[in-house]
Amino acid sequence: MDSRFDVELVSVSKRYGTTLAVDAISLRIPAASYCCLLGPSGCGKTTTLRMIAGHEAISSGDILIRGENVSDLAPIRRGTAMMFQSYALFPHLTCLDNVAFSLKMRGVGKAERHAKAREFLGLVQMADFAQRMPAQLSGGQQQRVALARALIMRPKVLLLDEPLSALDPFLRIKVREELKRLQRELSITFIHVTHSQDEAMAVADMMVVMQDGHIRQAGSPREVFERPVSPFIARFIGSHNVLNGPDGLIAVRADRCRLGVPGDGPFVNGRVTAVEYQGAMVRVAMATDPGAEASALVPDREFYADPVGPGDPATLTWAEHDAHALMDA
Amino acid sequence: MMVGGPSRAGAVTERRPWTFYALGALFLAYMAFLYGPMIVIYVLSFQGENGGVTFPMVGTSLTWFADIVKPGQMANIPVSFSRSVALASVVSLLTVVFSVAAGLGFRRRFPGSGVVFYLAVASLVMPSLLVGFGIGMGFQFLGLDTSLFTSALGAQLTWTLPFGMFAMFAVVNRFNRSWEEAAADLGASAFQRLRYITLPILLPGILGVAMGAFTLSYDEYARTTLTIGQNNTLPLEIYALISSATSPTLFAIGTLTTGGSFLAIAITLILVMRMQRRRSAAILKA
Repeated sequence: MDSRFDVELVSVSKRYGTTLAVDAISLRIPAASYCCLLGPSGCGKTTTLRMIAGHEAISSGDILIRGENVSDLAPIRRGTAMMFQSYALFPHLTCLDNVAFSLKMRGVGKAERHAKAREFLGLVQMADFAQRMPAQLSGGQQQRVALARALIMRPKVLLLDEPLSALDPFLRIKVREELKRLQRELSITFIHVTHSQDEAMAVADMMVVMQDGHIRQAGSPREVFERPVSPFIARFIGSHNVLNGPDGLIAVRADRCRLGVPGDGPFVNGRVTAVEYQGAMVRVAMATDPGAEASALVPDREFYADPVGPGDPATLTWAEHDAHALMDA
Repeated sequence: MMVGGPSRAGAVTERRPWTFYALGALFLAYMAFLYGPMIVIYVLSFQGENGGVTFPMVGTSLTWFADIVKPGQMANIPVSFSRSVALASVVSLLTVVFSVAAGLGFRRRFPGSGVVFYLAVASLVMPSLLVGFGIGMGFQFLGLDTSLFTSALGAQLTWTLPFGMFAMFAVVNRFNRSWEEAAADLGASAFQRLRYITLPILLPGILGVAMGAFTLSYDEYARTTLTIGQNNTLPLEIYALISSATSPTLFAIGTLTTGGSFLAIAITLILVMRMQRRRSAAILKA
């Protein structure tokens, strides 16, 4: 038994009829890590999560949790707990009964399960709402109750399906902080599905970028951001320019690019199409002469020292060592 | 449920077009046609002891209500009433069991589901009298006696089942599948999911189907008349009464059954509203 990994996927596929939703993916998630499955819609990330949870049958391959093959086990036997995208709180039960539900199914007596449920509602700062019905709670509060309901099962792995998508942007940042804190405190593995690269980079120890049922790149957010392996990854995680280099495509971070004059280093000419003020930085978007798009993220002080506007000709420059080659496709 | 558009009080005062008054008058005429006769009957059921089946009222009394339960009348109302209630209860129960099962089953498309669906609902368009006639003939052919809980029960189910299924489909449509998945995730067995999640969440709809099936059965005439055998249900008994003799007793029966129906509807509505107030629409959005 190899318990260095909480979750291992071994060549896992999911077929719906003739379409392949997930194509033989393999992945090892180290113990007690925060893993984000990231990708555009339809990339297979939610299907992968649901296969780990046991809500979707695996067409081929194996799923191991802490070294145990759980491929054919019911959800409850896997040591996972899932938080659903819409939270799926039971509308006819109070928050307390929602959280206590799994204990009730196991035959735990009323007093004991309610005490335990109160404890977990306390963990997510919802103790005062024990007797409320789900419909009487805000989205953020519902999310906390759903979290308590999942955590009370003491899962080895917590699965979160787009946990922040129903929240407003301000709350999203607060809640992702809390999720990360909770994961560290409980030191269990969280697998979090999202289509937002900001969200993934903010919380993940391990970021898994998927496309068309394949894992395109997996690593720490810093690794992925510093060294995207393909044009798709570079574009998907954003803030990167994909340009033609001497030996094929290269990626350069937009914040490493500057506007200037052709010098000794690499450059590309073009025309400014838009200027976006973002506070600390100014984003200058341009159409390059080969007919592609590129942008530079320039610190505000530097931009306003020599401002440009839409329509102005411009030259994008970067340092040789800031560019790295991409594999094609 | 109340249906209403947003009110636009104040902002722009606008003269109503003449069509508003024309359509309003049409609506009033329709209401008078709908409720007028019944109101006359409710009033006349309190006719004085010496009064007849028409106006004027000769004083007021409860004589005709007392007549309903007086033994030795040509029609036996209390007994046929209890038969009707018993039959309607069984019909309602069976309709609920089958339509809930069908509603849950039809959430998945399965091979032949379309055909099964149309076969099940086609009986709604078949002429009721002939359905009853066919069932009666069938029983005779097989040498069976037609009776309340065999042929009449079956004949009424051909009517209430498709209705119940339609209603349950609408109810089940609003059921969020992830509730069941969440329950499975939390360790509920298939039976526990049904018992603690699916049925309680569907309960308001189920009560509606039960009430609907009960009322459809309670005043069913066409399918029942040829399949009932020896003992009449209330509608058949009333029909017999109308064709043999008329007295304000008939009106009293009408008043009583209407009162009973309103009472049953009120109780159900209160139950359903209490359940829904606890949940509200916020969750259905999800």
